[in-house]
Order: sequence, then structure tokens, then C-alpha cells
Amino acid sequence: MANDKRIDEATGVETVGHEWDGIEELNNPLPRWWLWTFYASIVFAIGYCVVYPAIPGLHSATAGTSGWSSRGALAHEMKEADAERAGIRAEIAATPVEQLASNEKLLRASIEGGRAAFKVNCVQCHGAGAAGAKGYPNLNDDDWLWGGDIATIHQTLQHGVRQPGDDATRMSQMPAFGRDGILTPAQVQDVVSHVRVISGQEKPSGSSQRGAAIFAANCAVCHGGGGEGGRNVGAPRLNDAIWLYGGDRATLTETVTNARYGVMPAWGSRLDPVTVKMLAAYVHSLGGGEAAPAPAAAPAQAAAK
Amino acid sequence: MAFSIMERHKKLERNITLLGVLAFAAVTVGGIVEIAPLFWIDNTIEKVQGMRPYTPLEQAGRDIYIREGCYLCHSQMIRPFRDEVERYGHYSLAAESMYDHPFQWGSKRTGPDLARVGGKYSDEWHVQHLKDPRSVVPESIMPTYQFLAEKELNPGDMTAELQTLYQVGVPYSKTDIAKANDDLKAQADPEADTADLRKRYPKAQARDFDGDPKRLTEMDALVAYLQVLGTMVDVNAPAAQEDLAKEKGR
Repeated sequence: MANDKRIDEATGVETVGHEWDGIEELNNPLPRWWLWTFYASIVFAIGYCVVYPAIPGLHSATAGTSGWSSRGALAHEMKEADAERAGIRAEIAATPVEQLASNEKLLRASIEGGRAAFKVNCVQCHGAGAAGAKGYPNLNDDDWLWGGDIATIHQTLQHGVRQPGDDATRMSQMPAFGRDGILTPAQVQDVVSHVRVISGQEKPSGSSQRGAAIFAANCAVCHGGGGEGGRNVGAPRLNDAIWLYGGDRATLTETVTNARYGVMPAWGSRLDPVTVKMLAAYVHSLGGGEAAPAPAAAPAQAAAK
Repeated sequence: MAFSIMERHKKLERNITLLGVLAFAAVTVGGIVEIAPLFWIDNTIEKVQGMRPYTPLEQAGRDIYIREGCYLCHSQMIRPFRDEVERYGHYSLAAESMYDHPFQWGSKRTGPDLARVGGKYSDEWHVQHLKDPRSVVPESIMPTYQFLAEKELNPGDMTAELQTLYQVGVPYSKTDIAKANDDLKAQADPEADTADLRKRYPKAQARDFDGDPKRLTEMDALVAYLQVLGTMVDVNAPAAQEDLAKEKGR
């Protein structure tokens, strides 16, 4: 590595003076734009250190003249967003959930707010399109375990299903007919045959005729004589093609033998009241929403819908 | 003048020992300035109420979490941005991962953040989701972990594991360490007496986690771990909120 700078003949530029096996380097100046950008970056960095938190001390970094902090910025942003929504949320809070539908503006805001809250809290079980999954009800159809008017949906959301420690939670308990020895395995099969007949999946047979009698004695009290279900006890309708766990023989046998006890959290204790109302409005809007029942409606009528 | 500095610099470049010594000095200064303050500034050592070491079962679940590489797709760090806070909950605090060795903050979110997933879903949901993610989240691309429910939990000697963690600063008591293997079994056994466990590990959830009370499976441990994530510190309590409001310079 000799140190003999010379002017390169071809370009007329001075070399840096190093030479490795005949390879030399031209000492071209840095491009102006690059150099000025570099200086500007240094100036910016000094300004940044003054304005924003930068240099660590004994207990904290220098606070910076702007007083910025990421948590403070977040709190500010949240406050702004809350303030933006405060008016409409106060209106929704003051409106009973049954009357949301009569106010077009509130209803639309509730449905949109509910859609957002649904994506965070509900899709994990009920699915992104609210179509449910095995064990988690489809919220788009008009089959409801407990009722599909907005006040009933709100009640279910508020208190959940089989939520421990909530006195008003939806609680229904089908006996485990097979496991607890109420029915023999053969009788369970007969009942399953009957259920498959009333749901239109099988033709009547000897088994289903025996099952009909067992059904009348054991199941009709909750599910209704024709399997139309009972909403006052959360008993599913059995004479249609909609199944929570499945309508095939194996699944029905499992259901009758061991019963099913699905759970849903009580959202009243996790979300604020306005969000729960919004969710009720959204779920009600999904397609299965029912009008509020007339005050004098007979239970049988409500169950038939 | 500039010329002479360049000339002297050449000396440095041509003396390997001198270059090594001075390069080490430069890196040392940089390292001290960047790293050392983290050991004393309040931001990184903030104290919070409610943190406790993991129970042996949760710790075993954490080991499975790491073994299965969950951290490759799931972070455990909610950043203080509105979109994250509204989706995942209160932003993570430094102290919430102080008993994690190593921490699971992660840098990749193929799946959602899990820092506050504890208590968000039921045990049944977790079991079903781990066995077949598509059955509850149709668009999920998570692998299936059916085998966790079939494999007996065999985490080795938990006493030794807790002792090791104790040596790196996790404040397990002598009783915690001595009873680690019993605690592991008791927490997932609905028949066991867990009063003592709950006293030593406040707010610990003891129940059968995987829906099969007769067996202690890897599913039990992983679900127990998932259900405790982000639940130890009551971040929305008034006292905690007041402390956070005083924070400056972050």
C-alpha cells in the first residue's frame, strides 16, 4: 500500500493513493445532494433530541420540549375518539333497547358499532359471518333457542348462557338420558329415530314409533309434543333442518346420551352497556331478528315462530 | 490540518492491535450509553401490583408454547396505539413480562397478539381451537394441535425448573419449589385441594382445562398458560391508571 497520489489519466481525477495489485481508487468527491442530505440529517437529529425524549438520565430520559410520550399520545387519541362518539353513545345509553328500532339514526349507529364489537368479541365462536359452527348457534337464521326479538337477544348478551355466578344467566339443563340411565341405549336409538322422522330425515319405522312414545314421555315437556322447541326453557326446535350440534344419527345419539351444555360469557360484566346494546342491535339486524312479541302472545305462539 | 488527521488515521488502520483496542473502546462507550440506563430508569423497572411467578402448570404450558414455536406467529406485546388497544386491550407493561425467561414479545403477527388472551375465551373454545382451528375460525391458517390433547404432560422435574428460574431472579418461595411437582398435578385436578396453591399463587385458576378430568395432558398445561396471560395485573384498576398517568418520557 504505497502512498503516491497521482492524477488518473483517463478521467483526470486524483487517486486516493492506495494501490492493490494494480487496482487503484479514484478520489471523487461525494455527490452534493448526498452530502447536504447528510448534514441536514445531523441538524434534524439535534432538533429531535431537543423536542422529543432522548437522552437517558438517572430516573428517566430527558422529557423533550414538546412533552410527548407514546402513552400520552395514545390517551389523547383515545379521548378524541371517545369525544367524537360521546354524543351518539349518550343517546343510545338513554334509549331502551326495544326502542332503538324506532330511531333510524341511532339504529344505524348501533348496528355499525355492534358490527365492530362483534368482530372483536364474538367472531371467535359465532364466526365472521355469524354463521356459527358446531356447538355455536348460527345467528343469521330464524331459529332461536331463547328468542330473537331485540330485548331477548340483549338479555342473552348481558347475562350469557350458563355463566357461573350470574343469577339471570340463561340456564337450561337437559338430562343426560343415556349416561344417567334414564333410557337404555336401545331406547336412545328409538328416540333418535323419532327425532329424525320429525325433522324429515327418515321415514317412519318401528323404531321411530317406539321412540315417539318415549319422546312424549321424556322430551315433549321441554321440546314440545311435535318437537317445535320451547323458548321459555331454551329447548331447541327439533322439527326443522337446523342443528346446533348435528342431526345425523351419531351426533344425535351423543346428544341424547350425554346432553350438551354449551356456554356463552355474560358480556354485561365485560363490555359497557352501550356496546352490549349495539351488539344486540347488530345481531337482531342479521336476518333472524324478530319483532317484539305482543304482550299477550301465548307461549305456544311464540314457540311456533 | 485535515490532512494531518487523515495521516494519523492511517497509522491506526495499519496497526491491528491499536485498531482492536480502540474499536473495543468505541463499542464499549456505545454499549454503555444504550444499554446501561435500562437498568435504572423508571420506565423499564416500573413496579406494578399483582405480578406473581407462573405456577408449575402454567410454566409447563409456557414450555410447550415455546416448544411448538407459537411465538413465531403470535406476539405478546400490545403496543400503545389506538388500533391495538381497542382490539387487544390495555397496552402491555414492562413488568408484565418480568418473570418470563425468555420474554415472548415477538416481532411477527401472523396470528393475533396473545398478551391479554387470558379469560377472553372459555377453556372449551381453546381446546376446540387448538384441536382444529378451522372449526371456530374458518379463515385461520394455524396448524392443528390435536396431539396435545392426546399426549400425557411430561415436563420433567418441575422442582428443578423452578429452582433454575429462581436462580435467574424469579421469586419462587422454598415451598413453591419443594411442592412444584405436586402443584403441577393439583392445578388441573378438579378433585385436588388447591387452597394452599391458590394462597401461594394469588388468583391462580385451578380446574380441569382440557375437558378430560382423568388425565393430565399437554393441552391442560397450554390452556392454563393461555388463560393466565395478561390477567395478573389489573391494569384498569384506578390505582394502576393513576400511576400510568404520571408517566413521562415514553
